[in-house]
Amino acid sequence: MSAVSEKFSAYSTWRRAISPTGNTGDAVFRVLMLLVALLMVGIVLAMVIALATESMASLRQFGLSFLTSRDWNPIKGEFGALPFIWGTLASSLIALLISVPFSLGIAIFLVEQAPHYIARPVGFLVELLAAIPSVVYGLWGIFVLAPFLRNYVEPGLAKWFAWIPLFSGSITGYGLLTGGIILAIMVTPIISAVVRDVLAAVPGSQREAALALGATKWEMIRVVLVNGAPGITGAVILGLGRALGETMAVTMVIGNRPEISLSLFEPSYTIASAIANEFTEATGDLYVSALVELGLILFLVTFVVNGFARLLVWNVTRRTGGVGRAA
Amino acid sequence: MSVSKRSFRLVAWFSLVVFLAGSVACNGGGSGSGSVRLQGAGATFPNPLYQKWLSEYSKQHPNLKIDYQSIGSGAGIKQLKEQTVDFGASDAPMKDEDLKSAPGEILHVPTVLGAVVITYNLQGITQPLRFSPEVIADIFLGKIKKWNDPKLTADNPGVTLPANDITVVHRAESSGTSAVFTDYLSKVSAEWKEKVGSGTSPSWPIGMGGKGNEGVTGQVKSTPNTIGYVELAYAVQNKLPVAQVKNASGNFITPSIEGVTAAAAASAASVPDDLRVSITNAAGAETYPISSYTYILLYKNQKDAAQGKALVDFLWWGLHDGEHFAKDLQYAPLPADIVKRAEAKINSVTANGTALR
Repeated sequence: MSAVSEKFSAYSTWRRAISPTGNTGDAVFRVLMLLVALLMVGIVLAMVIALATESMASLRQFGLSFLTSRDWNPIKGEFGALPFIWGTLASSLIALLISVPFSLGIAIFLVEQAPHYIARPVGFLVELLAAIPSVVYGLWGIFVLAPFLRNYVEPGLAKWFAWIPLFSGSITGYGLLTGGIILAIMVTPIISAVVRDVLAAVPGSQREAALALGATKWEMIRVVLVNGAPGITGAVILGLGRALGETMAVTMVIGNRPEISLSLFEPSYTIASAIANEFTEATGDLYVSALVELGLILFLVTFVVNGFARLLVWNVTRRTGGVGRAA
Repeated sequence: MSVSKRSFRLVAWFSLVVFLAGSVACNGGGSGSGSVRLQGAGATFPNPLYQKWLSEYSKQHPNLKIDYQSIGSGAGIKQLKEQTVDFGASDAPMKDEDLKSAPGEILHVPTVLGAVVITYNLQGITQPLRFSPEVIADIFLGKIKKWNDPKLTADNPGVTLPANDITVVHRAESSGTSAVFTDYLSKVSAEWKEKVGSGTSPSWPIGMGGKGNEGVTGQVKSTPNTIGYVELAYAVQNKLPVAQVKNASGNFITPSIEGVTAAAAASAASVPDDLRVSITNAAGAETYPISSYTYILLYKNQKDAAQGKALVDFLWWGLHDGEHFAKDLQYAPLPADIVKRAEAKINSVTANGTALR
């Protein structure tokens, strides 16, 4: 490499900085790719700036109290984001609590247990779930899931666990629980597809080594899971990202009520739903500005969650010595 | 990823082809020279009627291209103020402060009337329920909690109402329908006016939100013991159970196009000069009390004479020939007095100081 580049050193120091091989095509390609990458960074920055400037009126008016206030009353000009932040985080958390065990189960079955002629069609069907438009999930939620929960699940939970505040309140079928379950169904295919690839990427020698040491199948799977942990965390974060930002399906079943309630049965509201619902008819600069600030908060929440996840992955990777960094 | 490279490539090519085909098609449909283009945006409620108007009118005027985007009253007003559209549309009249901050004088031209109806889901009830105004307000305030509340049974003699909890369903998103409904409640209940007020997106004391007329309907239909409100046109087309509402004269009125036009006619004398008016809880024996106008908004002084001329001609046509399509689409046509006054508004439009009609 160095012999080639020295030949051109008289006039192409800059080019070597761009392309170590000194090849013009490489240099052009590299610059192009750099521009593409910078463009993406630029778009993200531009979005933050646009959101911040558009929400300036609301930022000035409410300051930090926007984050802590529970009042959302456009008629009186009072805006507080706390109920929406709560609804967004709570519904996403419910979704993850339900979908992660399911997704792990699906992935383990497909990679470790199922014979090929079952694994392929089942895997395909699970991935197909990800392709269903969210408004269709919403319709299904209104006509099937909500009545089902109202008639069979929620009365039972209320009967046996009413002493826990989570399961108190009036039963309508529309609320935090329904929203969380819909989200769980929507993120399961994403998480399971990625986890499946992660597990498949764990070297076969690991399995053989575990089995050779006398491990049972379950113990062997645990070894595989530990090796795939960073990738699995990444998969969960991917699902969480989808859950945080999902709008349509949640809007249709969550009840859309900006109130903080411990009960899973009570209606709630997410940030994305609030923006989608209220933006079209929002009148008055402050109202619009408050909605944009909600968008900014959603952006920041996603950012923080992703950053936290990166840290987590990094931490786990360091501990396990970087094995199984498949995703 | 396990999705095979080949299928990925297939999808990529496919989308590229679709994209190219789409852009070619768009270019092909581009406007020719010498034609006039008008852009409108605003309320979703009159959208079916406006689309009908546009398609009928463009048959007679092939050189004129009018687009209407039903993006919501609020967004329509915003775009009109920013002068990115030639006309706006709103269910509720513009507020004073909005008019003041606009770059020019804005006219309100009423086009048709609509109404908001109460719908409900009660098993075993066949005849329409009757509601007094204060009962509706109390239900939506959360003060009347059971279907067999004495106030409700008093309005509905001979109907056995169940002892179940009432579940309130309201619009989740901000909407003109909510504005009309809360405007009505503010007029009939002092408590509502003080606690909640009227607007496109009020802070509801109780209940859950459904998105759009269809969202409210879906939740009401699938949940027993619910009550909600939707547009008259939507309720009629979907054959929803609708309640009779007691009007200012004390009669229980089944919502209908005739009842809405009656409300407009009864209140016509008190309509102010700029035609911005709320006609909820109007007087008259036959009026349906939760009615409202919907408006097209335009600048009194048009910048471009050719465009302005096309716009006022279109509105004129809409008020006369266009009104015939209203009833089929479940909108109430304007009463004759109001048409006259809307004509005067259209005639007052100018471009650079000269009248356009």
